[in-house]
Amino acid sequence: MTKDECKQVVLDIIADIAPDEDLSNVKPEVRLRDQLQLDSMDFLDIVMELRKRHSIEVPEADYQHLASLDSCAEYLTPKFIALAAKG
Amino acid sequence: MNTRNHYDVAIIGAGMSGLAAGIRLAHFGKKVCIFERHNATGGLNSFYSIGGRKFDVGLHALTNFVRPGVKGTPLTKLLRQLRIDRSEFALCEQKQSRVTFGPNGETSLRFTNDFAFLENEVATQFPKEIDGFRALVAAIKNYDDVSLDVVPVSARAVVRTHITDALLEDMLFCPVMYYGSAQEHDMEFGQFVIMFKALFLEGFARPFDGVRVILRVLLEKYRQAGGERRMKCGVRKILAQEGRATAVVLDSGEEITATHIISSIGAPETERLVGLTPEVAPLEAGRLSFVETISILKCQPAALGWGSDTIVFFNDSARFDYACPQEALDTRSGVICLPNNFAYGADQFLPEGIFRVTCLARYDHWAPLQEEVYQAQKIRCFSEVQNSARRFLPSVRDAALAEAVITTDMFTPRTITKFTGHIGGAIYGAPIKHRQGRTPLENVYLCGTDQGFLGIIGAMLSGISMANFHILQKNQ
Repeated sequence: MTKDECKQVVLDIIADIAPDEDLSNVKPEVRLRDQLQLDSMDFLDIVMELRKRHSIEVPEADYQHLASLDSCAEYLTPKFIALAAKG
Repeated sequence: MNTRNHYDVAIIGAGMSGLAAGIRLAHFGKKVCIFERHNATGGLNSFYSIGGRKFDVGLHALTNFVRPGVKGTPLTKLLRQLRIDRSEFALCEQKQSRVTFGPNGETSLRFTNDFAFLENEVATQFPKEIDGFRALVAAIKNYDDVSLDVVPVSARAVVRTHITDALLEDMLFCPVMYYGSAQEHDMEFGQFVIMFKALFLEGFARPFDGVRVILRVLLEKYRQAGGERRMKCGVRKILAQEGRATAVVLDSGEEITATHIISSIGAPETERLVGLTPEVAPLEAGRLSFVETISILKCQPAALGWGSDTIVFFNDSARFDYACPQEALDTRSGVICLPNNFAYGADQFLPEGIFRVTCLARYDHWAPLQEEVYQAQKIRCFSEVQNSARRFLPSVRDAALAEAVITTDMFTPRTITKFTGHIGGAIYGAPIKHRQGRTPLENVYLCGTDQGFLGIIGAMLSGISMANFHILQKNQ
């Protein structure tokens, strides 16, 4: 999994939980909350969908790493790679 | 259906809140079952058929309506959380509603789904109060109404810091109380804020086919997510050990074990299942109950001159008295609903006219009546309710109305208890709400009426919030 693929995973999840948001111009370095209308319920759903779809666990203390697409990729890509290695 | 297995979550009640909680939990892989005593879903907001005709109960209008593109409101949160596309609810907006006070409705405040319309009405009818009204609205907008830990404040006290005219104060409280207050005379300010936003800052809408459209969508989502549901299968007892529930006992005697239990049936009603309160005296559980008359007309209400109002909140007295009546009912105030008067689109008309009127009623004047006396009282009260309401609508001769009526029905406090199990016919549950949904048992949580988010959107958000807060967020 590359970082770009990882960003796409997150974007796909957001597209499903917030279909009323326009995701065509999401800036990867800007906080998601600052460019999209996402509240704490939506962030809970990003975490829950990561677990449901990809078996990725994000403990509550690490929610801050999901702030922007870039930080998501930094934080999640190694988790995806580790998971794939376990296979 | 496999019923012997253990459930992650057992939900008591297939009303709006229980279904919403179920959808969330099932979507995220929990093994969930909803137990419902009746054969119909929806609880307080349901429908029934008599003679092939469907009658809606509960829902006059879906509150909290916002147009597509408006975000961050209860309706949009709900749609996202339940993965519902707003087109599935097929909501049609109200035309116009009003609050009308005085023996013959001398003062009226009209409102639509555009808040500026109401603001203008206040400015015209109460010019001295408009600045205070605007300040109140600002306070409402800034209030954090979804916080799960709030300090209760009197809504009357807060409103009076902004508004000095008692008539305007009562006119604002009337719709807000009728559509959600479990408390007499006053409300907790947070509850007032939720309802004020739901009714005035957001608005009214209705699916063309009424409440069953919403229920159908919820049931389908729940089924797709893998949730189980057992109808005609009430829970009569919750078994507990050392402060934790271990199982529910069904009416049939069957025992079902579950890790968590979410109860939508009300706080005192849930405690009764646990056996903590042996018998709660009805009037302590919550006192406010209603009667509703329903007349089915062979014409559209517009043909009688009743074409412009969607909902009318009326009161004929010097002050608005939202309280449990001393007698069987209190027809001084009430709510008229004309479901035909939503903007369904050109050439879309409900096949028959519907004229509904709701008034406050007293449970213990209805509950003990012998069947024949009960039926006679229903007939007498029906006319009393309708005649009171008609004072606030354009005048129609008795003979003309009688000629238009195909059939009628009426629900009473007794009906509410029969179909919801609420003690004392308490339509909005107990006056004390439990925002965090906690009960004396650590793995039993409340959702719905007694958790305290109001209206049907509130009910669904309550189920969502409690499922999130107690189970999903904690990864339990």
